[in-house]
Amino acid sequence: MSETVKVPTMAEYMAEGKKPEVLFWVGCAGSFDDRAKKITKAFVKLLHNANVDFAVLGTEESCTGDPAKRAGNEFLFQMQAVTNIEVLNAYEIKKVVTACPHCFNTLKNEYPALGGAYEVMHHTQFLKSLLDEGRLRVQGGKFKGKRITFHDPCYLGRANNVYEAPRELLQKLEVELVEMKRAKRNGLCCGAGGAQMFKEPEPGQKDVNIERTEDALQTKPEIIAAGCPFCNTMMTDGVKNKEKEDSIEVLDVAEMIANAQDL
Amino acid sequence: MQYIPNILFVIALVAGVGYFAKNIRKVIRNIRLGKDVDRTDNKNERLGNMVRIALGQSKMVRRPIAGILHILVYLGFIIINIEMLEIIIDGIIGTHRVFSFLGGFYDFLIGTFELLAITVLAVVIIFWVRRNVIKIKRFWSAEMKGWPKSDGDLILYFEMVLMTLFLVMNAADLQLQQLGAAHYVEAGAYPVSQYIAPFFEGMSTAALIMVERTAWWLHILGILVFLNYLYFSKHLHILLAFPNTYYADLKPKGQMDNLASVTKEVMLMMDPEADPFAAPAEEESDADPEKFGASDVLDLNWVQLLNSYTCTECGRCTSECPANQTGKKLSPRKIMMDTRDRLQEVGANIDKNGSFVDDGKQLLNDYITTEELWACTSCNACVEACPVSISPLSIILDMRRYLVMEQSAAPTDLNNMMSNIENNGAPWPFNQMDRLNWSQE
Ligand code: SF4
Ligand code: SF4
Repeated sequence: MSETVKVPTMAEYMAEGKKPEVLFWVGCAGSFDDRAKKITKAFVKLLHNANVDFAVLGTEESCTGDPAKRAGNEFLFQMQAVTNIEVLNAYEIKKVVTACPHCFNTLKNEYPALGGAYEVMHHTQFLKSLLDEGRLRVQGGKFKGKRITFHDPCYLGRANNVYEAPRELLQKLEVELVEMKRAKRNGLCCGAGGAQMFKEPEPGQKDVNIERTEDALQTKPEIIAAGCPFCNTMMTDGVKNKEKEDSIEVLDVAEMIANAQDL
Repeated sequence: MQYIPNILFVIALVAGVGYFAKNIRKVIRNIRLGKDVDRTDNKNERLGNMVRIALGQSKMVRRPIAGILHILVYLGFIIINIEMLEIIIDGIIGTHRVFSFLGGFYDFLIGTFELLAITVLAVVIIFWVRRNVIKIKRFWSAEMKGWPKSDGDLILYFEMVLMTLFLVMNAADLQLQQLGAAHYVEAGAYPVSQYIAPFFEGMSTAALIMVERTAWWLHILGILVFLNYLYFSKHLHILLAFPNTYYADLKPKGQMDNLASVTKEVMLMMDPEADPFAAPAEEESDADPEKFGASDVLDLNWVQLLNSYTCTECGRCTSECPANQTGKKLSPRKIMMDTRDRLQEVGANIDKNGSFVDDGKQLLNDYITTEELWACTSCNACVEACPVSISPLSIILDMRRYLVMEQSAAPTDLNNMMSNIENNGAPWPFNQMDRLNWSQE
């Protein structure tokens, strides 16, 4: 980002005795991964643009524990969860938005039983609600008429039955949305979930992300839209593997909306 | 002498149903070996799921060809079995077509049964062709060698034979009715077997009675044998699909249960009041420390065990599994088949010894390898695909838990990821203090 955007933290809000409308849970990928940081920034620009009163935890945020849980380390997961819940509850957080479906799923479904019950939204759902409330304008801009396919993240789609929010946003961008042969509840995984992101795949004939990229390429897209930083990495690698990176971009839905407005 | 057939019939019936009941009790006992899990909530939603998914076959038709064909066989089988009531009464008291007094309605019933029988026969042949001629991939994967393959075919042969016997029995009966043979009242409509009857033209009444009686007896004995075959077969799903869809997990698919035993320990560790050096409470020190995760079937919960008996080995899960499609060893169907096989083995062990005696085997490694377990992306495609609401993923996760928490046997990369989370709150080696740096870049 050329110019820095003001990102308020909960600690600052607390010091001023204020409470934000929503907490933006950035997540590990969104905080540290170079590609995912761009998604984080695009989303923050949209929040500013829609005058959303938000804050982040900043250095008080820690991994939700999702990859540990899916790897089988329930102990580490619950340690992370309980620590995070302590912070969230101390700030009396009510509503959380995140651009990572894994954080979304964990915060929404697995934290309540450990004492952390919040209204949790995926950023595409949140952007959709801003749109419905008339706070956010989504226009085609440079994406108008472009051929785009959307890859459903497992932890947003099958895991939580959210299929429409990202598609409705894309539709607003006036793109030509083409579905892959396996989409929505039949969508194929990108290969990153269940802690696979952090290890080498088991022996086989192919990597899962290549298989999924082939699904996407069949639709002859100009852009592959994603809603998850891990899917984004997997699909980007897949496109590179197919030597198509010059003609096909992999973009998060939030990035597309921000870019369309030249934010 | 004249009561011999009746007596033989009652003996066959009691033996057939009795042996089946004995085996079903075994299935129930084995399922109860599983750990407790509460599925008594949301009765209406559960009932609704059972009606839609098991009775209404709603998930079967997601693959329209197989789904519609399956519905035809399913309907045919259920409706034709109404005829069983008449057969049983006839068999016990020695009547012939005891319901024939129903007149026009009886004609309607028998006519319908015949049309369904020929439909079932046709569909079963199509199923056989799909398996053995077209060789649909999911019926030919590694875990389908040997018994599972024969099982799938045997079921089809059973159904072919039963339907044929039913029609032959009716055809001979019709011929006898037309000859005016004593005992063979004119009743029923025979839209299908009327075309078989001409083959019996010219046969003597005695010979026809032989044919009719033989077909009748083979048909009822065949059904009793088939009933008992269920226990040894994937065909058990025709019964267990109902409880299985009822007791299935209702939570969002992404939600994995939080282990309560772990919560207890975590809360204790986080409690600033707790004295870490205090001696454990008396009752706790006696009990075995709770085992985390699953290495054998007895560590799984009863719904997971019920799942394994319900699995119909259709392979829809495996054909949607990203790991399997890209050539990894993991097959969610195999996870279910292994669980059932091991549970049967444990059950037999209990039958023999009174209670389970260590046989030096377990589900982990002896059946399911770690290579399979680590290939799962937890994508839930298998759960979504299963027409009877089975979750292979929940078993995979419980076995991973055992590997990690009891054996510290995760792949090195994952151990690195976990120590990163433990030390700096992220799966990569970045400092938690740098978490907001992106806003300055
Ligand atoms: S959850 Fe695991 S076993 Fe099931 S389909 Fe996905 S990768 Fe395969
Ligand atoms: S688990 Fe379900 S989908 Fe998989 S083989 Fe068994 S019945 Fe079929």
